[in-house]
Amino acid sequence: MDTRQKLEILADAAKYDASCASSGSKQTRRGSQIGSTEGMGICHSYTPDGRCVSLLKILLTNYCIFDCTFCVNRVSSDTPRARFSVDEVVQLTLQFYKRNYIEGLFLSSGIIQNADYTMQQLTMVAKKLRSEHQYGGYIHLKTIPGCSDELIHEAGRWADRLSVNIELPTQNDLKQLAPEKDSTQIVTAMDTVKTRIDETKADKKQGFKAPSYAPAGQSTQLIVGATETPDATILQTVTSLYQDQRLRRVYYSAYSPIPHADARLPGMAPPLVREHRLYQADWLLRFYGFSADELFSPQQQNLPLDIDPKLAWTLANRDRFPVDINRADREMLLRIPGIGSRSVGRILQIRKHRSLSVADLKKLRVAWKRAAPFVITTDANPSLKLLDSLQLKQKTSTERQLSLFDAIDSARSGEV
Amino acid sequence: MQSRHVESFEDWRNQARQLIAAEISPREVCFRENSSQAELFGATNTPQEKLPAARPFRVDRKFMQLADRVVCHRDVDRYDLLYRILWRLTHGEPKLMQVTVDDDIYRASMMEKAVRRDAHKMKAFVRFCQVETESDREKYVAWHEPDHKVLRLIAPFFARRFRGMDWTILTPDESVSWDGKQFAWGPGVPMSQRPRADSLEELWKTYYASIFNPARLKTKAMKAEMPVRYWKTLPEAELIDDLIRKANTRTESMISHREGVAFTAERYLPEDLTVESFQAGLAQCDACSLCEHATQVIAGEGPVPSRLVLVGEQPGDQEDLVGRPFIGPAGQILNQALQDAGIRRDEVYLTNAVKHFKFEERGKQRLHKRPNVSEVTACHPWLQAEFLLTVPRVVVCLGSTAAQAVLGRGFKIQTSRGQFFSGPHDCEAIATYHPSAALRVRDVKRKEEIIRHLTEDLRRAAEKAKA
Ligand code: SF4
Repeated sequence: MDTRQKLEILADAAKYDASCASSGSKQTRRGSQIGSTEGMGICHSYTPDGRCVSLLKILLTNYCIFDCTFCVNRVSSDTPRARFSVDEVVQLTLQFYKRNYIEGLFLSSGIIQNADYTMQQLTMVAKKLRSEHQYGGYIHLKTIPGCSDELIHEAGRWADRLSVNIELPTQNDLKQLAPEKDSTQIVTAMDTVKTRIDETKADKKQGFKAPSYAPAGQSTQLIVGATETPDATILQTVTSLYQDQRLRRVYYSAYSPIPHADARLPGMAPPLVREHRLYQADWLLRFYGFSADELFSPQQQNLPLDIDPKLAWTLANRDRFPVDINRADREMLLRIPGIGSRSVGRILQIRKHRSLSVADLKKLRVAWKRAAPFVITTDANPSLKLLDSLQLKQKTSTERQLSLFDAIDSARSGEV
Repeated sequence: MQSRHVESFEDWRNQARQLIAAEISPREVCFRENSSQAELFGATNTPQEKLPAARPFRVDRKFMQLADRVVCHRDVDRYDLLYRILWRLTHGEPKLMQVTVDDDIYRASMMEKAVRRDAHKMKAFVRFCQVETESDREKYVAWHEPDHKVLRLIAPFFARRFRGMDWTILTPDESVSWDGKQFAWGPGVPMSQRPRADSLEELWKTYYASIFNPARLKTKAMKAEMPVRYWKTLPEAELIDDLIRKANTRTESMISHREGVAFTAERYLPEDLTVESFQAGLAQCDACSLCEHATQVIAGEGPVPSRLVLVGEQPGDQEDLVGRPFIGPAGQILNQALQDAGIRRDEVYLTNAVKHFKFEERGKQRLHKRPNVSEVTACHPWLQAEFLLTVPRVVVCLGSTAAQAVLGRGFKIQTSRGQFFSGPHDCEAIATYHPSAALRVRDVKRKEEIIRHLTEDLRRAAEKAKA
C-alpha cells in the first residue's frame, strides 16, 4: 500500500475527532529550524463541513484491539485497515508543514498489541520530529489510557498538547458501549499529565530550566448523543474535568453515523444543535462565571435546543433584569444575553470615561436585538417594556429554525 | 490647504511629527501616497513645503500600534484619518484611544481589523511550491494576493516559522525573499508568473478529501472563513464542488453499510464447504490469539445435517485436552438435562461460539476466561459454516456469549431467555442457561431452578425441531 492510500484510510478514520485547535503553545522551541508556535493557531484551510484544517490529523494505525461500539476502528468493524510507519508520519508532517499546508500534527492511534507499545510508537514520531529534524511546529499526541507513566512523561517532553479521550460521560455509558475502557484508567492518565504539568511550572517558577512539558496543556473529547445521558450529567463531568484535571478544552462530538454502526446505535446523528448548545454552555462555565447547576432544573436536564443557554437562564431569572450597563458589576454584565466577554471588558473600560448609550452598544457589536429588553442605558430604551411580555422568548431569540446541517461551527468559538 | 506625498509609514510619521510641531491642523493638510511604481522606485522630486524641525512629543502607545497596521489598508484616506487622531490626541484629548466608540477611532479600528484579518489569512493561505536550487538549503516560492498591503507585517512571521529554508513570497504589490539571515525586498509580480504546482499537492488533496466529514455539510461557514477570492492559489479548492455534490450519497452509504468484521477466520474458510474441508480449515486458524495457548481447536460434533444445534461458549479445560466438546463437568450437566428432556445426545449437533479454550493460569490450574467480543467475532465464520453444514431447524444458545454470537450483541439472557427468535438461515433460535451456570451457584434451590429451566427450554426446542 502506498502512502497515498494509507493517508486516505488513516485521515478518513481520524475525521470523527473534533479537536483540531493548535493554540496554547506560546513559545517556539529553542533551536527550531522548521516550525513555530506563537500562542494562536492558524487555520490553513476549511472543508465543506465548515471545519478548519489546521493540523495533519491522522491515525498511526486504525487497527485496534478494542471493540468500542461507537468507534469505526473497533476490532469487529470491517473498515479497510492501514498502518503508517513512524518515518512516514514524520516525512508527511515535515513536507506538508514546509509548504505551509498545516500548523502541526495531531497524531492518534488505534490500540495495537498493547497500550505501552502503541504509546511508544506515537511518542517516537514526536521525538524524531523534534530531535532529528529541529521541527518546532505544533504536536498534539493522543495518550493511550493504560500506558505507563514513563511513557506519558516522555510524550509530554516532545508534544505541545496531550489528550486522553474520555469518550462517554459516565462509567455506565462506558460499560454499555466501550466495555474494555475503564474510566478510572482514563482519569489516572489525566492526573499523570496534570501532575507533570504542575511540576514543570513549579520548577520554572523556582528558576530551574525545566524542559517544557505539554506547554499547551491537555484536552479531551466526549461523544454526545450515543447514549441517553442528559446534558446536566455531561456538564457535571466536564466541570470536574476543568476543576480537578485542569483541562484546557473539552471537545464535544455529536455522535456521527459511522460505517457499520452497531444496531444499538441510532442510525442518524442527533442534531448538531445539541453539540452547539454544549459548546455554548461550556463557554459559560469557563468564561462567564456560570456553574453547571444554574443551567438546569430538576425537570429540565437537557439544554433547550431552540434558544441558547444564556438566554434560557435569563428568561428563568427575569427578576434580576434589567441591568444598568453603566452601573452593574462585571459578573452581572456577563449575564446579559447578546453581550460577550470582550464587549464586557470594553464597556468597563469606556465607562471610566463616559457613560454608554444604545448607539454605543451597537458600535461595540453586541447582539442588540437579543440584549435590548435586558439593559438600561443613558438614553431611552423602548425594548425594556418587553421584559414583562410573554413573547419575550420569540422577540429575543434571533435564531432561525436550526436544521441538522445548519449549526455554526462552535468548536472554535462557543461565545454567546 | 497643503497636499503632502507619503512614501511609507516612516515617512508619514516624520512629516506628521513636523506638522504637529508647526501647529498645522488636519483641516489644512491632506496626505496622498505615491502610488505609481515609477514614483516608488524613482527619486521623488515633488516640491513640498519645507517644515521646521519637530520637537519630540509622546502619544499613547496604542496609537502607534494602531497606525502601524492602518497604513497597510488600501483606503486612500488612511493617512488623513491617522493625522486627525494624532492631532486630537495632542490637542486636549489624550485619552481618546480608549474611547473606542468615537467615530474616528471606530473607523480606524475597523481598518485595523480588516488589515489584521487579511494578515492572518495570509499566514494561512500562502502555499509554497518547492523549486529547484543549487544551494543545499531547500527553496520554496509562493504567490499570494492579499487584500491590503500586509506583506511587511507578515514577513517576520514567515522568517520565524521557516528559518531553516529559503523562501520567496510574491504579491502583486511587492515581493520578499528570505535566505536564513535576512530579507530581500523586490517589486510586485503578476499572477501569471506564479510558481508551478508542487509535487506534493496530490497528497495534500487526498488528505483534504479524507478529513472532510460528509455527514455535516456547512458550506456557508466554510466560505465565511475561506473567502472564494483566495481559492485560486489553494490546490484543494478545486475539489470542493465535487465533495459537496457527493456528500449526501457518501453519508447515506456510511449509514446504510451493514456491520461487518475486521480480522476474522473468514480467510481460512474453504470455498467448497464440507465437513472435511471445514475441519481442515479450522485446524489452521490463527485469526485470534487464542490458538497460541490452547492445546487444540475443538470443532462441533454430531450429525450433519442436524435439526437441532446447541451452541455453547467455548471449550473448557478437559475439552481442550481431549479434543471434544462438552465432556467436562458442564458437559455432565448438559447430558443429564438432555436425557431429562428426552433428547439423545448423538441426535444433536454440539458446538461452541469460540473454538479454542481461553484460560488464565493460576498455579497448576487453568481457569476458564470468558472470550471477548473480538474473539467471538473472529471465530464467527466457523459458527456460520457449521450452521451452513447442519441446516438446523432450531438453534439453542447456551449462555449469553453464545446468544450474543447468534442473536446479536445486544441480546440479554436475563430478559429474553426461553423465547423463540428468528435465527440464522431462517431457523428458530432460543437462548437458555449455560449448564456451567448450575455449577457456579451455591444455593441448591437456585441450582435446581437453573437445571429445570435448561431442561425445559431444551425440551421445547426439541419439540419445535421435530415439528
Ligand atoms: S477463536 Fe476462532 S479464530 Fe480464534 S483461534 Fe480459535 S478458532 Fe481460530
